[in-house]
Amino acid sequence: MGSLYRSEEMASCQLFLQAEAAYACVSELGELGLVQFRDLNPDVNAFQRKFVNEVRRCEEMERKLRFLEKEIRKDEIPMLDTGDNPDAPAPREMIDLEATFEKLENEMKEVNANAEALKRNYLDLTELKHILRKTQTFFDEAMSDQGMTEESIVLLGEEAVKTSGQPLRLGFVAGVILRERIPPFERMLWRACRGNVFLRQTEILTPLEDPVTGDRVHKSVFIIFFQGDQLKSRVKKICEGFRATLYPCPETQAERREMSLGVTTRIEDLNTILSQTQDHRHRVLVAAAKDIKVWFIKVRKIKAVYHTLNMLNLDVTQKCLISECWCPIRDLEKIQMALRRGTERSGGSVPSILNRMETKEQPPTYNCTNKFTKVFQDIVDSYGVAGYREVNPAPFTIVSFPFLFSLMFGDAGHGTLMLLAAIAMVVFEKRILRQKSDNEIWNMFFDGRYIILLMGAFSLYAGLMYNDIFSKSINIFGSVWHPTSGEFSAEIIKTHKDLTLDPTNDTDYRGVPYPFGMDPAWQLSLNKIKWLNSFKMKISIIFGVGQMFFGVVLSLQNHRFFKDSISIFCEFLPQVIFLTCIFGYLIVLILHKWIAIDATDAGCAPSLLIGLINMFLLNYPEEPCSSRVPPGQKGLQSFLLILIILCVPWLLVLKPYILKRRYQATQQKSSSRLGTSTEDGKSAEDAIDGAIQDDSHGQYEEELNLLEIVVHQCIHTIEYCLGCISHTASYLRLWALSLAHAELSEVLWNMVFRVALKVDGYLGVISIYILFTPWACLTIAILLLMEALSAFLHTLRLHWIEFQSKFYKGDGYLFDPFSFDKIIESRADEV
Amino acid sequence: MTIPCCGPKCSGFCAFISVWGIIMLAVLGAFFYVHAPSLAEDLPINMPLWRKQDYNYNYVKDLYRKAAVNCWIAAGIYVATFILSCIMLKINLRQSNSS
Repeated sequence: MGSLYRSEEMASCQLFLQAEAAYACVSELGELGLVQFRDLNPDVNAFQRKFVNEVRRCEEMERKLRFLEKEIRKDEIPMLDTGDNPDAPAPREMIDLEATFEKLENEMKEVNANAEALKRNYLDLTELKHILRKTQTFFDEAMSDQGMTEESIVLLGEEAVKTSGQPLRLGFVAGVILRERIPPFERMLWRACRGNVFLRQTEILTPLEDPVTGDRVHKSVFIIFFQGDQLKSRVKKICEGFRATLYPCPETQAERREMSLGVTTRIEDLNTILSQTQDHRHRVLVAAAKDIKVWFIKVRKIKAVYHTLNMLNLDVTQKCLISECWCPIRDLEKIQMALRRGTERSGGSVPSILNRMETKEQPPTYNCTNKFTKVFQDIVDSYGVAGYREVNPAPFTIVSFPFLFSLMFGDAGHGTLMLLAAIAMVVFEKRILRQKSDNEIWNMFFDGRYIILLMGAFSLYAGLMYNDIFSKSINIFGSVWHPTSGEFSAEIIKTHKDLTLDPTNDTDYRGVPYPFGMDPAWQLSLNKIKWLNSFKMKISIIFGVGQMFFGVVLSLQNHRFFKDSISIFCEFLPQVIFLTCIFGYLIVLILHKWIAIDATDAGCAPSLLIGLINMFLLNYPEEPCSSRVPPGQKGLQSFLLILIILCVPWLLVLKPYILKRRYQATQQKSSSRLGTSTEDGKSAEDAIDGAIQDDSHGQYEEELNLLEIVVHQCIHTIEYCLGCISHTASYLRLWALSLAHAELSEVLWNMVFRVALKVDGYLGVISIYILFTPWACLTIAILLLMEALSAFLHTLRLHWIEFQSKFYKGDGYLFDPFSFDKIIESRADEV
Repeated sequence: MTIPCCGPKCSGFCAFISVWGIIMLAVLGAFFYVHAPSLAEDLPINMPLWRKQDYNYNYVKDLYRKAAVNCWIAAGIYVATFILSCIMLKINLRQSNSS
């Protein structure tokens, strides 16, 4: 594990891989996950790359696997996830895999097609069976009276008379149609055949299964009687139009009975065949389900390796693949070993070569994190990835983030609940990780379990300091306010509504403060908020200025590391002096007010804010308490004011001036070199070489854009100076949110739980039992979820803006290594 | 066995609230019993009645004791609720395992 203080040292390397060993080496590097390949063929189309065929084959395999997975899911067969991580298989194995998948896919397709055909057959036979049964009744009616029914006489009256008086031979068609289509079907028949056809229909009670969609539909049996061929063709056309299926129905009853028996036996046979087909399908799918996850991983690994191989360049001799990559210097050994393993596995004779290159490009930022530090690094990276080898704010965030959070969330009860929830998540983390939930919000909370743990622990401590447990204070050490019965006799207590305890005499106040945290007596006092406000505001300022000062010191570390001595003198020094003279002095005043001023001087206690403003206005009014002012204060404040005013032009002007002078000096040097050697042709080359050499050394020799530097420095100065003041005020949110939290907690208790406690007698038991649950739910919802989220957000803002603006450039890019684990995890989220 | 009256999440939540209720009400009852002044404003003090008793402290002490007993009995009812929700959880687990 590297250090988290700065990002890892990266090296740009060239990789020479033998063509046969390339696949194995890249797959070994993928398992290792420490190398970021650069795309050496950025302008090449995806379809023109070298390994496009292999990638295409991989995509085919993936498609087949997805099809299989869909079928498995349709049948609700559980897919085994052994957590196995198979290596990327060799290219020879790829052909075997392809053959297996092809066979499985074809089998499945065949089985599905067969099943569909069988089902269609089954449907036809079932409909025929229904027809045969129902038409029985129709024919009975038709034959029972040799004369027609009323309707048919009216319909066919004329023609019936015209023919020779024999009973009419009616033709008929029988079929099945969807129940919804019967009314329009009837109407159409009536209109088209001019009322000369006769329709009887009856419903099929059981719904039939549609073979294609698998839906259950209701159908009806119909029979149409007509006479003559013209009507027959018309009727057939209409039936076709309405997608009614017609079946040949024998006329005599005996034939129908025979057919019915035949149909029943065929239906039974079909049923057996169908169930056997389903069994076979199930067996095939179960066998596939055992291996499908492993196959997915293998195919994805192959595809990833070929994508990477596509980024490599082919050598002139066509025997060797070249690639450029970034890798951490610390892990070069591991990478060499991986390459050796890869070459051995592929049976190649020539070893692969890793060659370090010098490059001017900014390397990627790589921070080694473990499961604990990962979340803090993510918080920092969300704002901006650190520049290469810049000081990383993450290790400091591990402590300062929960600390500032706890200042705003300080309630021991809520802190305990948060701590318990986080401990539960951490203790069961292996089990929860195995379950791989899909819920985004739960995943967000689970990923942050360590930060929640720390926030809960710190909040528990802060709650004890604020002496606030679910809005009540507890008295552990004995309150130091103890009004004696001498001064506060029973008469005084009974007649006065409000009484004031005086801290200056010895009767009310023991003289020694409560040893740990806030005295519990404050909870019962009316001026609790006024007192706590003053206290919390002051400590917010102290912690805020402390964090900002620490940020400026970190910028010094950055300047020293990048050997930027101008910045130390022209930026760091004035920044520190500015910050210390205003706010360092304010902190001194705060501490002085706390330590030196007693309750006896309460009337003359110096106002900090007014005092600071007066310092800038050089306004020292003659007031009754002016005798309290320490003797040298006026002189000291004037001196500090002069320093502050000097810092601004120091910060603004000095750096551009020095840069300009340096640039002019180098210009003179190079022009004098050119000037003296133009006579000699050879030394002209030397001069040009010298100029080129100077160019490669740094930015000074470039066209110095003075305007840009001045504007940049101007912005930086204004940002810093105004920022100091506004950020210090911004830290007062530590006080504001803690006040809001305390008030919310108190209001919730007063309005919900106190109602239960105020109920007298045994009804109180019921009311406490009933009202506890809503109080608990509201505590979780409002105070634990909403307030914690709010405090989290404000702490984040304080870190990102107030702290990091003092030193953080954040202009880097993340190290994105070629790693199988990352690819498989990200794909698992997709699918 | 029997049909559970609430699903797995509901029973889990009830179990959690019951545990919290047991611990918190027991501690609260203890604090009432030792006459903690922080809880003075939560007592059902009847001001006219107390004034008639000439602000006798024993009245308040009695109220404290009653409140403590109330809290403890409520904690006891939450013990019963906890046992009930645990049984529900077990039934739910058994149902989801068998089905």
